Amino acid sequence: MDLPDGYVVFVKASCPTCRLVAPALLRLRDAGAPLTVYSQDDPLFPEGAEALDDSDLRRSYQAGVEVVPSLMHIEGGAVIERLEGWLRTDWERVTGVADLGADMPPFRAGCASRTLDPGMPELLAVRFGGEKLRSRRLEVAQLEDEFEAMFERGWTDGLPVVPPTPERVLRMLEGTDRDPPEVVAVVPPDLVECTVEKAAVNAVMAGCRPEYLPVVLAALEAACTSEFNIHGLLATTWSAGPVIIVNGPVTERIGMNAGGNALGQGNRANSTIGRALQLIVRNVGGGRPGGVDRATHGNPGKHTFCFSEDERGSPWEPLSVERGLPAGTSAVTLFAGSGLQPLVDQQSRSPESLARTYAACLQVVAHPKLALAWDAVLVVSPEHARVFREAGWSKARLREELDGLLRRPGAQMIRGAGGIAEGMPSSLAGAAVPKFRRGGLLIVHAGGTAGMFSAIIGGWASGAVGSEPVTREVRE
Amino acid sequence: MELLDPTGERQPAARQRVPRPASLEGLTVGLLDISKPRGDVFLDRLDEVLSGRGVEVLRFRKPTFTKPAPADLRYEIRVKCDAVVEALAD
Repeated sequence: MDLPDGYVVFVKASCPTCRLVAPALLRLRDAGAPLTVYSQDDPLFPEGAEALDDSDLRRSYQAGVEVVPSLMHIEGGAVIERLEGWLRTDWERVTGVADLGADMPPFRAGCASRTLDPGMPELLAVRFGGEKLRSRRLEVAQLEDEFEAMFERGWTDGLPVVPPTPERVLRMLEGTDRDPPEVVAVVPPDLVECTVEKAAVNAVMAGCRPEYLPVVLAALEAACTSEFNIHGLLATTWSAGPVIIVNGPVTERIGMNAGGNALGQGNRANSTIGRALQLIVRNVGGGRPGGVDRATHGNPGKHTFCFSEDERGSPWEPLSVERGLPAGTSAVTLFAGSGLQPLVDQQSRSPESLARTYAACLQVVAHPKLALAWDAVLVVSPEHARVFREAGWSKARLREELDGLLRRPGAQMIRGAGGIAEGMPSSLAGAAVPKFRRGGLLIVHAGGTAGMFSAIIGGWASGAVGSEPVTREVRE
Repeated sequence: MELLDPTGERQPAARQRVPRPASLEGLTVGLLDISKPRGDVFLDRLDEVLSGRGVEVLRFRKPTFTKPAPADLRYEIRVKCDAVVEALAD
């Protein structure tokens, strides 16, 4: 900030308190005080005060003015004292002019500075705080359609994206306390450092609100760990992509959907958080279909696949708690998921029967004769969860039951068995083969209150070979 | 309208490719198995053919096909071999 020594006052003509104070400013100047007045709206105001024009608000922004009138006492370029509004005794004390407001009321509150007009902080931050953003700036010609320009540059997932203007990115960055240049993760496949700012640019494009950004950042951190292995997940010919399951208080605070159609369209947070992660992988990491992404089919969830767990309605502990975080902590769990296989059971009223249905349906993940190489998420609906609640079954109890039910004789699963060439190695003919590796089946509670359905999200190459589910706290 | 670039703003590092050898005579050839099923079948046969022609063959294996080869493995191949054949399999 570069303000002249002496007394500096910021005013605007549309503020009644500033108009009230105007005579005091003339008196101050007449007393011989070194006075500089900046007017935010009308350089002719206050009349006779020879105010400097600050209608572009540069000085006000740089001085951090929030209220007019503001009186600052500057010495050696530093602010010694700062007063806001009108308090006669304070003004007289700071200026040393005893009868400065002799005929004026003792106190009047000020008005909001024009720097705080709606939308103005972002605009001023862009105009005068330019060095905060480091991303390369690209000018779109006036006659160019900005949406088409973004398609042409290859920035989108095939759907339109929100143009990442500096104003929008600055607003997005308000969603986190983290510094824009801080590196969040190194993003495959190009292994490029992704800063908070780059993540924010892509979050804007995805359609996120600023309050979603901490969830996007946590998901990005989790995705770019060696355990989760988003590089391999991107490159694989298999259909899978990152699935984000969100737990904790952040889900309600940002309005996520854990109820009806939780895994579908229509909720902004669910839709855009998953999309932001995929846009970062595409744009920052350089991972694109046909490039490093070699998926045979892909799946619609590779646009976005993000939902929250219904913790309030659940008979069980949340996924994040089961995975080691304290209750009440906001968290994301990343899962390499290949799409949704819903299952129906409208007849079971006992947990034993319903568990058998689950086991039968879970056997077909990837292939009924293949085991241990794919993980899965079982999404239990409220109507199904009721069966377990009423029977007093914990999640651990259900797991124990499923562990038993999901073991099949190796003889039925080896290559050639059942007339199917695909299968497990013949060495397992005499073994009881579990479908999932230890920790390879995640169970969450989500969905609408009507429907005796649950759903399975099949996985990808599991564990150290491919991907481990990874849980990370959301730092708000 | 001004937009912020959402990309990594990076040009890929330009790498010099080793010239393709005119003959394998006197060279060491690395065979890299990426741990995909049946990659070994292909490489075993290649090993037979090359060794039969008097070419020195070294075998390497990535821990998993889903992740890039570890830096140490890449370095080892680079310092020990004149050429490498990678079996992508499937």
